[in-house]
Amino acid sequence: MPKFNSQVFVRVVSVVAALMLLAAGCGNDDDSSSVEVSRQDAVATYAAGVHSAYASSLYSAEAMDAAIDAFLASPSEETLEAARQAWLVARVDYGPTEVFRFYGGPIDDEETGTEGLINAWPLDEAYIDYVEGNPDAGIVNDPSGHPEITADLIVALNEVGGEANVSTGWHAIEFLLWGQDLDEDGPGDRPASDYTTASNADRRAQYLRVASDQLIAHLQELVDAWAPGRNNYRASYEALDADEALRLAFTGIGEMSRGELAGERMTVAYEARSQEDEHSCFSDNTTVDIVGNAFGVEMVLLGSYPGGVSGPGLLDVIASEDAALAHQLRSEVSTSVNAARLIPAPFDQHLRDGVSDSDPGRAQVLRTIEALETQTDTIVAAAEKLGITINVS
Amino acid sequence: MIVATCGSDEFTLDPNLGGETTRFDATRNSFSLPAPDLTTAERRAFEVGDSFFTQNWVTAPASTEARDGLGPTFNAQACSSCHVLDGRGAPPLPSHEEAHPGLLIRLSIPGADAVTGGPLPDPHYGGQLQDRSILGVPAEGTLRVSYEIVAGTYGDGTTYELRMPTFEIADLAFGPLADDIRTSPRLAPQVIGMGLLEAIPADKIMAAADPDDSDGDGISGRANIVWDARLGVPALGRFGWKANVATVEQQAAGAFHGDIGITSSLHPAENCPVGQTACAEAINGGSPEIAENRLGMVTIYMRTLAVPALRGAETEEVRTGAQLFEEFGCASCHTVTHVTGQTDIAALSEQTIHPYTDLLLHDMGEGLADGREDFAASGQEWRTPPLWGIGLIDEINGERFLLHDGRARTLEEAILWHGGEAEASKEEFRLADAEQRAALIAFLEAL
Repeated sequence: MPKFNSQVFVRVVSVVAALMLLAAGCGNDDDSSSVEVSRQDAVATYAAGVHSAYASSLYSAEAMDAAIDAFLASPSEETLEAARQAWLVARVDYGPTEVFRFYGGPIDDEETGTEGLINAWPLDEAYIDYVEGNPDAGIVNDPSGHPEITADLIVALNEVGGEANVSTGWHAIEFLLWGQDLDEDGPGDRPASDYTTASNADRRAQYLRVASDQLIAHLQELVDAWAPGRNNYRASYEALDADEALRLAFTGIGEMSRGELAGERMTVAYEARSQEDEHSCFSDNTTVDIVGNAFGVEMVLLGSYPGGVSGPGLLDVIASEDAALAHQLRSEVSTSVNAARLIPAPFDQHLRDGVSDSDPGRAQVLRTIEALETQTDTIVAAAEKLGITINVS
Repeated sequence: MIVATCGSDEFTLDPNLGGETTRFDATRNSFSLPAPDLTTAERRAFEVGDSFFTQNWVTAPASTEARDGLGPTFNAQACSSCHVLDGRGAPPLPSHEEAHPGLLIRLSIPGADAVTGGPLPDPHYGGQLQDRSILGVPAEGTLRVSYEIVAGTYGDGTTYELRMPTFEIADLAFGPLADDIRTSPRLAPQVIGMGLLEAIPADKIMAAADPDDSDGDGISGRANIVWDARLGVPALGRFGWKANVATVEQQAAGAFHGDIGITSSLHPAENCPVGQTACAEAINGGSPEIAENRLGMVTIYMRTLAVPALRGAETEEVRTGAQLFEEFGCASCHTVTHVTGQTDIAALSEQTIHPYTDLLLHDMGEGLADGREDFAASGQEWRTPPLWGIGLIDEINGERFLLHDGRARTLEEAILWHGGEAEASKEEFRLADAEQRAALIAFLEAL
């Protein structure tokens, strides 16, 4: 794990301290000035935190990559299961980083963003490999059309016609490890023999190898874009006017809270009731994705990131202007993260036709959606309090 | 600046282009925001609709069964492939030989459908060229474009260059197109404010029509009367480059079917013309592929995408440009203000809006003509497109390709292509001095 220059965090003022002051009834004017943090400090924490969070994600993704290597070197049910476990662990670290989207940063820059290669969804699985009802589907089973499976090929195919075809990234790897989820009660159950005796086993192995390598390369680019002391996005981000830099960070947490997480990832699945209309549908890991996304918002607000970076967060800046509002937002975000944690896995059980809205799992999904919607309004109001206008969907 | 000084005090320029639904945002996301004041149910429908508009459709069968059924032939995998960030598409690059979503080409043969009055499809390729396909199914062909430069001169001697496109259909997989084929290139426009346009009472739009130019101003304005496939009756056309679609729902369902290959209650059969065997035999994603309630939510999404506010209403140059817009006669067709009627989405009802369109057809001259009839629209007529958001397209989409085929690279070029009924207004602009031209452009950039 990379080390961080701790100099910028000398003046650590945590929101916990601020809340303790409030709780102790010491919230008079003198105290409020003592917890005032500079907006520039919060920007610095954010920039270092983004780097740290991506570095954590890369670290566990590399462990997954090694487990995939081990599986492909010696395919068995045991090594396949180890690779799956490593994928599941790595997803825990990727989820929180999605809060760094939505403002045209390195992950989703209009020209150079790699989000579509890393995490696009839904996966066009029949474009990759066989599916129920079509045993010859996919590039894996098309040796004459695509004689050699290379990184260039799958990236190029991913962008045929200038748009993502969704044949790379986390969910491509997930599909190649689990296969289709045809089991009502569990995840996909692809046999290890798909990589030994099944037809085109070598091509399937090559696809998995290349997809995993590509993911590592794309995560490395994100780490590099946010690395300190370089001529990169981080440098230009930190050179922004502090309010503009904070506007981007606020936009990320606002858009993640409602438009992306409450909306795209939860309401859509909840309303559409398509059992596999969930992000990690092959592995039944969607509840972990949801918690990771919700936690990402909390992490940015608290200024406390995976990998050990901590410093003034957005909540500290809000508290400088309006301690009560910061307290309210802290409480609402705790509520949403806790609500997300209480959604029973697997997520797809709550999407079945016939499951009543009063079913405990389904009700918990709706509670989480509502908590996220509530916190979004407060995030927008808090930014406004700082003189920062964000427009989120 | 002389113009600006006369009467600019009482000249009002309302930044609330979408009435109370206007959003004050000029960022890359400014076409993607919902109208404020939606109910919780409407907001959630917006989010579901957003998802089915934005995310790719995938090959059937897929685990994500709500989202499979792509193709078998198609132009794009998602609405958002062409309407990037709910914005505008781009034409193919002249050098670019592979498929490029953003512009499609309509096909028809002479005549009209006996029931609907709509165009008749090519017998082997249907009503539109699909230049992409799922694995194992041939695409219909490829679309290429080349440009010829047309030079011109402003009244003050400044020169300009316009691009005249020629579209070529190549690599046809099922033999030649019909001998008397008609083609029409159509660029994907921004999709903001459509629910507001839909809520303008039809009689108000029809009242502005002047098909025989009885007022003698050189501008006719004809309503396109199209087929309402939901109700099975003729109806006023409002949407599409030739106002050939009556409602937002039918625009969405038509695009799902024609552009992405997704069947719906309005288009239940896969788009596989006679002779396209592999297309007909491909596995589909259910019947229909987009469920009725999801089509409804995509429709609500499109109806409630908000219109961004006009910027700089207080600046002298923008105000001058807005006055010149009226003086030059642009507003004769780009009607500034409408009032919406009652509609089931309360936020859209009774709003005073400024879309800068009359939603009517006008003869735009030979330079822009596609020579293809579309319901009542002739081969030289086009619908006045709304201008709201036009100043933000380059911010959102990186580039700004204007007019039905994206030939215009700038606002000036788009104006200079106007002919036919708009010839006189175009000439006013062409002959104006540089300062006035800049002011008019500044106004359009503010929209």
